[in-house]
Order: sequence, then C-alpha cells, then structure tokens
Amino acid sequence: MIPRIHVIGLTLRFPSLGVTVRCAVAIAVIMVWSSLSLAQSPEFSQGNDAPDMFNPAGPNAESIQEIFWVVIGICAVILGLVGTTLIWFIAKYRERPGDNSEPPQIYGSRAIELAWTLAPLLTVTLLAVLVIATVIKLRADPPSTAAHRVRVVGHQWWWELNYPDHGFTTANELVIPVSEPDLAKPIYLQLESADVCHSFWVPRLAGKTDCIPGRTNSMWIQAGEPATYFGRCAEYCGTQHAKMLIRVDCVSQADFDKWVENQKADAVSDDSVAAGRDRFMEMACMNCHAIRGTRAAGEFGPDLTHLMSRKTICSGLALNDRENLTRWISKPDDLKKGCRMPDMRLTEPDVKLIVDYLLSLK
Amino acid sequence: MTSSDIPEGSQALDSHTVVGQTLASSAATRPPLVTQLHDWVTTVDHKRVGLLYLMMSLMFMVFGGIEALIIRVQLWTANNTLVEAETFNQLFTMHGTTMIFFVVMPMIAGFANFLVPLMIGARDVAFPRLNALGFWLSLMGGCTLYLSYFTGKGLLGGGSAPDVGWFAYAPLTSPAYSVGSSTDYWIVGTAISGIGTIAFAVNTIATIVTMRAPGMLISKVPLFVWMMLITSFMILLAFPPLTAAQVMLLMDRHMGAHFFDTQAGGSALLWQHLFWFFGHPEVYILALPAFGIISEIVPVFSRKVIFGYASVAMSSAAIGVIGSSVWAHHMFTVGMSDSLDAFFSATSFLIAVPTGIKVLNWTATLYGGQLRLRTPMLFALGFLGMFLMGGLTGIMLAAVPVDWQISDSYFLVGHFHYVLFGGSLFALMGGVYYWFPKATGRMLDDRLGKLNFWLQFIGFNLLFGPMHISGILGMPRRVYTYQPGQGWEIWNQISTVGGFIMGLAFLTLFWNLAKSLRSGKPAGDDPWDAWTLEWMTSSPPAAYNFEEIPTVRSRRPLWDLKHPEDPDWKHE
Ligand code: HEC
Ligand SMILES: [Cu+2]
Repeated sequence: MIPRIHVIGLTLRFPSLGVTVRCAVAIAVIMVWSSLSLAQSPEFSQGNDAPDMFNPAGPNAESIQEIFWVVIGICAVILGLVGTTLIWFIAKYRERPGDNSEPPQIYGSRAIELAWTLAPLLTVTLLAVLVIATVIKLRADPPSTAAHRVRVVGHQWWWELNYPDHGFTTANELVIPVSEPDLAKPIYLQLESADVCHSFWVPRLAGKTDCIPGRTNSMWIQAGEPATYFGRCAEYCGTQHAKMLIRVDCVSQADFDKWVENQKADAVSDDSVAAGRDRFMEMACMNCHAIRGTRAAGEFGPDLTHLMSRKTICSGLALNDRENLTRWISKPDDLKKGCRMPDMRLTEPDVKLIVDYLLSLK
Repeated sequence: MTSSDIPEGSQALDSHTVVGQTLASSAATRPPLVTQLHDWVTTVDHKRVGLLYLMMSLMFMVFGGIEALIIRVQLWTANNTLVEAETFNQLFTMHGTTMIFFVVMPMIAGFANFLVPLMIGARDVAFPRLNALGFWLSLMGGCTLYLSYFTGKGLLGGGSAPDVGWFAYAPLTSPAYSVGSSTDYWIVGTAISGIGTIAFAVNTIATIVTMRAPGMLISKVPLFVWMMLITSFMILLAFPPLTAAQVMLLMDRHMGAHFFDTQAGGSALLWQHLFWFFGHPEVYILALPAFGIISEIVPVFSRKVIFGYASVAMSSAAIGVIGSSVWAHHMFTVGMSDSLDAFFSATSFLIAVPTGIKVLNWTATLYGGQLRLRTPMLFALGFLGMFLMGGLTGIMLAAVPVDWQISDSYFLVGHFHYVLFGGSLFALMGGVYYWFPKATGRMLDDRLGKLNFWLQFIGFNLLFGPMHISGILGMPRRVYTYQPGQGWEIWNQISTVGGFIMGLAFLTLFWNLAKSLRSGKPAGDDPWDAWTLEWMTSSPPAAYNFEEIPTVRSRRPLWDLKHPEDPDWKHE
C-alpha cells in the first residue's frame, strides 16, 4: 500500500513510512546539529531593525522604492502573461497516449513575431526614460542650502568620518540632524578610500555608492525621523568585509549642535588617568590613533579624541564598554580576526590602565 | 523510417577508436587499461575531446558544489563560526571561479566539440590538434587553481587558495593587500584556461564556416550550431582583454608595474572595465549555447518545427552585438557620469528584447504540439521558467537607481544564479539527458532522470528564491557572517535546506550516469525520433562519424527523410 501522486511527467511513489521517518529524522538531526554545535560568538546584535530598502526613511531611498515598484509591477505582468501561457501550453498540449501522428508544423509568423518584438521594445523604452529621469534627479545637488558636508573614507575595515565644516574627525557612527517637514537638511557625502574599494550603503536612506581609491564620489542622504539607521560596506574589501558596519544616528538639531560642540573640543585631560595616558603615548598606539590635544596624531586607525561619545567600537561590531574595550585591546583578533590593529601583547595591568584612560575620553 | 535506411556506420575499422566501445562494450573486448588511457590522453577525435571536457566539468562540479554547501552551512545562523573569515572568502572565490571557468565553460566546449561536426555532417573539426590543446590547457588551468589548496597552510587551512572574489577587483589584488601567492594561482589558472578557450573558439568557427555538409547553407544549420558560432565570436572578443588584464596584473605584482596600483597613479576602475568587458559577454557566452540546446530539445519533444528559426538566429546575433556593449552595468555604483549610466542602462534594457523574443519563440513552439515530457524536455521547460525569472530580475538590475540598492546584495546573487544555473545549467543538464544515448549507445534512466529534475527544480527554487528577499532586507553578498536581529536567518535557512536538496539532485545525476553507463537500455541510432544529422549515424558514432557524407536540403534533414510527402524544404 504505497501512496502515489502524479505530477507533470512523474509518478511519485512515496517510500514506505519507515524510510520516510528515518529520512526526516536524519534531516532534523543535521539541522539541529548545525544550529547548535556551531558555537556562536557573543557579538553584538544590530538591534531588531532590518536595513530594509522597502522601509525607506528619506527622500532618496523613497524615490528608489517608487521606481522599484514600477519595475516590479511591469516584470510581474510579464511574468504573469508568459508564465501562464507556458503552464497553459504544457498542460494543454501533452502528448495523447497512443497518438503517434505528428502535429501540424508551424514555421513562424511574421505578424506575431513583429508584434512581440515591438511590444517589449516599447516597454523598455518607457522604462529607460523613467530610469534616466530618476538618475538625473537623484544625482542633482541636494535640494537645500542647509546641507552639511561629511567626508567618508573607507578603510580596511572601518569608516573615517570627517566633518570639514567643523574641523573634526570621528569614526563609524555618522551623526546627522533630522530633517523637518519644512526644512530639508540633506547631508552631502564625499566618498573616498584609503586602501581598496569599499561601498557605502545604508539601505533605508539611499542606494550604495563605491569608495574607490584615487577617486572622489559623492552622494547625499537625508532622514526625516530621528533613529539609528544601519548599513555596511557593500563591496568585498578583504578578510573582514563582513564586519565593516556603519551606523547613521539621526538626531534632533539641538542634539546635533550639542554633539558638534563636544566633538570640536580637544580631548578631556583627566589627571586621574594620567598613568593610562602615559602608557598610551609610550606604546605604538599613538602612531595609529589621533587624540586631539595630545601628542597622538596617527591616522591609520580611528580618531579616539571622543571615543566614548560612540556607542560601538570596531565599526559597529561591539558595544563600547569596559569589557569590550579590554577584550579588543588585549587581543584584537578575538573580535575581528585579521583586523589591521596588531596584538601588542600588553600585560593585564597595562590594559587596565589604558582602558581607564580611554573611558575618560568623553 | 528508422535506422534501417541509414548505412550501418558503427562497424568501426579500429575498435578502440570508437568512443562508446571503450565505454560500453564488455570487458572481454576491451584493450588493456594503459592502452585505453593512452588513447584518451592522445586523442584528437572531436567526440572524445568533447567527452573529456564533459568529464572535467563534472569533476569540478563536485568541487564547486562542496564549496557551495560549506558556504550555505556557515550562513545557517547569525554569527556562525564553522569556518573563519579567511576560509569563507577563499570558498566563495573558488566556488565562483570554478563554476564559471571550470564547470560551465568546459561543459559548453564539451557539447560543442561532440555535436558541432555531427550536426553539420563533418568527419572531424577543422583543427583537431589545436582542439585537443584547448582541452588540456583548460584542464591544466583548473588543476593550477586547485593546487593552491595544497600550498601554504595545507588543505585543512584552506591552503593559499585565492580570496579576492571571482572578479578580483584591484587594488585588493595588489601585493600590498594580497600577500603571498594566492592571487597568482587565480591569475595563472584562469589565464591558462582562457587561452585554451580561445583555441576552442578559433577551431569552432573554422569548423562551422568551412566544413558543413553539401547543401547545408549557413541558414540551414541547426540552431545549436548557430549559437556556437555566435558564442565563439564572443569568446574571441571577450577573452583576449581578460588575458591582457591578467598579464598586466602579473606585471603589477611581480615587475613593479603600476597599472592598477592606485597609490602610484594606477587606476582601480581600469581593472573593472577590462574585467567586465570580458565578464558580461561571458554571461552570454554561457547562455547562448544553452539557448542552442533548448532550440534543439523543445522542437523534438513538442514534435514541432521551431517557431521562427530566423528570428531565433537573428535575435541571438543581436545579443552578440548588444551583449558586448552592456558591460558597465556591473559598475553603476562606481560613480560614472549620468550619460554613461544612461547609455549602459539603455543597452541593458535593449538586450531584454532579443532575449524575450527567444523565450516567446520557444513557448510558441509548444503551441499545438504533442509534448513528450521525458527528462530532457522537463529540464528544457524548467529552463524556460527559471530563465524567465532571471531575465526579469535582470531588468530590475538594469534600472540604475534600483541597482544602487540591490547591486552587490543577495538579490544579485539570486538573480545571476537564476540566469546561470536555472538558465545555462538546466539546459546543459537537459542536453546531457538528450545526447547521452548518442555518446554512449545507452539511454539514461528516465525515472531517475525525473527524480533528478524534480529534486533539482525544488531545491533550486528553495535555494535561490529566498535570496531575493534577504537581499531586499539589506543582506550584502560575500559576508562570512551576519549579525542577528535583521530578519535574515529564516531566508538563509530555507536556502541552506534547498542547497542540500540540490546536493541530492546531483547525487541522483551521478548515480544515473554510473548506472546507465553499465546497464542502460540500448539506445539505437535515433531514440528520440529527432531530426538533426547526429541522429543519422550510429550511437556511439564511429570515429569518422559518417560513412557517407549526407547531402542536406533543409534545416531538418531527418524530417525530410521520414516525411518525404511533406519535406521541410518546401516551407523554408
Ligand atoms: C598598526 C596600527 C594600530 C596600532 C598600533 C593600534 N591600533 Fe587601535 N586600531 C587600529 C585600527 C586599524 C583600528 C580599526 C579596526 C577596525 O575596526 O577594523 C583600531 C581600532 C581601535 C579602537 C576602536 C576604535 C573604534 O571607534 O572603533 C580602539 C579603542 C583602539 N584601536 C585602541 C588602541 C590602543 C589602546 C592601542 C595601543 C595599545 C592601539 N589601538 C594600537 C590600528 C592600530
Ligand atoms: Cu569595505
């Protein structure tokens, strides 16, 4: 008593219950194994917010979504028409058992072929016009004079963010003011790279634009709602490409101004952590990192002047707290294997002193 | 009208020069193993070279498939640590390079080698020795690439397999960012096989142009041959720039040149242009032969002549021309000027027209037919559906602003697998089921074949369908892991399950091949009641293909023979 099912061209005989059960158990075991036994590293989650391009938060991404729907609509109609015809023909013209005669031969039809050449030609011409118009619109300069400028430089595997109008540099967390309904506040991004090709992509705000060494690209973003928007590097850039995240923090104008004031200032000089500061300056740290107001002026790694104003470290990979800083400085490979910050084999007390100092960099 | 009217061509003069006799005859009559091996290695018979290409392709398909499955298991959950970042990057680089250069390319070359002379009624190809050289270069290229697994840290450490992605963007490949020799393996392996591919194309063009049977005008060759002609011209256009770019890269890496070295005034974009000038025609190089196979299978199994032979051929020629001027649609995010974006967007839309025409021609061929849903036909119909999907997502990617969002996301990964796997590979597998009887004299098992098809069809859609969704949810390609909480897990898990179902499908294929080779039903000369010349000779064909070179009057010479009352040439 074996159940059978007829699908197009195939009679499926279900195997006996025993075999089915055994197969199901095997598959289940494989899945449970792969989800459990593969230990998960305790990295920080991006929060419950998918960088969903169909949930746009600014005019740039909105325009793209609109044209996306148009294109999807047209494609769906084509898929519906051709797909239905295909399935209908397959169902209708199956061979009749016992009938070995050859069906009438149809060699073609000028009229039909002309029609199905012209119809798609017309469709894609319309599409092309629509697309090119949108390109020109989105590429045009931001629609407001209140634009802020930010220079975004991709590094293996973090983002340098330079605010030329205010003269400071930060990393990985792009803070922007929120646009009001009657006053747009677009951010004009100038995209560069310090090493290999990267791509700046925050789906809820805009499409991606590449950061290419030896070139300066530009794009603009604008957000209408104070929130954190997640994005990432979208061009494969080497080992830790997967962990080159970016966050765009959109805040009220008042908060933004406060933030800018704080960033503009030199690093706080707190003598209670002088020992840590000395350690930092004696080590190689200062060759790679800048802390304004001190001797440290390295440019290879992120600017640490106001490290503690950032919520995360290592391009959005881990929360910026004592525990993660300690982990990072004692063994960078632990968080981001293959990263460009070397393991300096610091002693535990040294690490503690340095972390104390870093925690003071509000 | 059966094989009785056709001269008994299978009585070969020299038994071990016949392809199938070494494959399928009983052990007693087989020459010693060493002799057989020697025959295969030194062969210049186009049919054997073709089969060598196909065997190479199946071997690398196993490697590429295993790499893909490890990738899928790694992406099962967020923050998974089955493999490390570096290993993962090597896996997707090797997977992509393998599937493009060492699976689909050789499979196409294999079909072309085996079929083109038979279809045009020739005894061999124009340059048999160049042809054999082409195969051995391709194989050596693949072996060079795979040697990299055994160097450096050894197999378990991923060796020093390349990790720069299959399009190896500069300056990630420069000595500063790619230390060691992994990138050199990628360059040398693909360059060697590329030279082999160029040899193959030269030979194919010469064969088609000069060796057609009497009466077979270029307007009467089977559509598969048409497609191979266009493909070969595209290869000649596309591969030399890639080889040149690879030589430039080698000079950068070892002789201090600065073509792509941005620190010294070189250009990263130059590599992208050179690579995609090869890379996009390559997509059509992989797709056109599949169109050719479909244009053979669909008519035979619908029992109808192809609807609009001329428009299928001409639209493919149009694809050859337009397809060579769309390459920068891979580069909409690099910040080209508006006018370049507009140009490449327009050409990319335009190419949808000749592609669409063909899908409609095939669909119209079904109309009024008597569809025999054997395995080759199932794969052909699967191709139609999957390729339609891939074509439509391609239109979405050609819309520049949309591309800014979904380019380099998993949506793109889904799209090109629908084109290259759902398109090319489905058609090629249909071709395996269709021509296996000709090559070996035995039928592939139809029940296993159908199981193979359904597993593959279901697995394929589970694997690549959800990728469109994870892409829209913002998941980029080429990430060895991702953070939880973005709604990506479930789509990745469906993909992984689909991946393993596809693994089963391929096991079924291999099982079917092995089983049918030993004990498949004898095929006879013309098991499908088909119409092109290859079905006129014995299965497997003798070394000289045809005892007597046939004279041709129409596009379906065997139809004319079988239906003298209503021959094709009256309608053409
Ligand atoms: C060779 C250069 C180099 C040296 C030396 C170096 N770093 Fe770094 N550091 C980096 C780079 C590069 C990064 C960014 C890593 C990433 O996110 O991929 C980084 C990141 C950091 C961060 C996280 C910053 C952020 O916002 O994400 C901290 C904190 C840090 N380093 C502290 C230190 C300390 C303390 C020392 C000395 C003990 C030190 N670094 C030495 C290169 C260096
Ligand atoms: Cu990057």
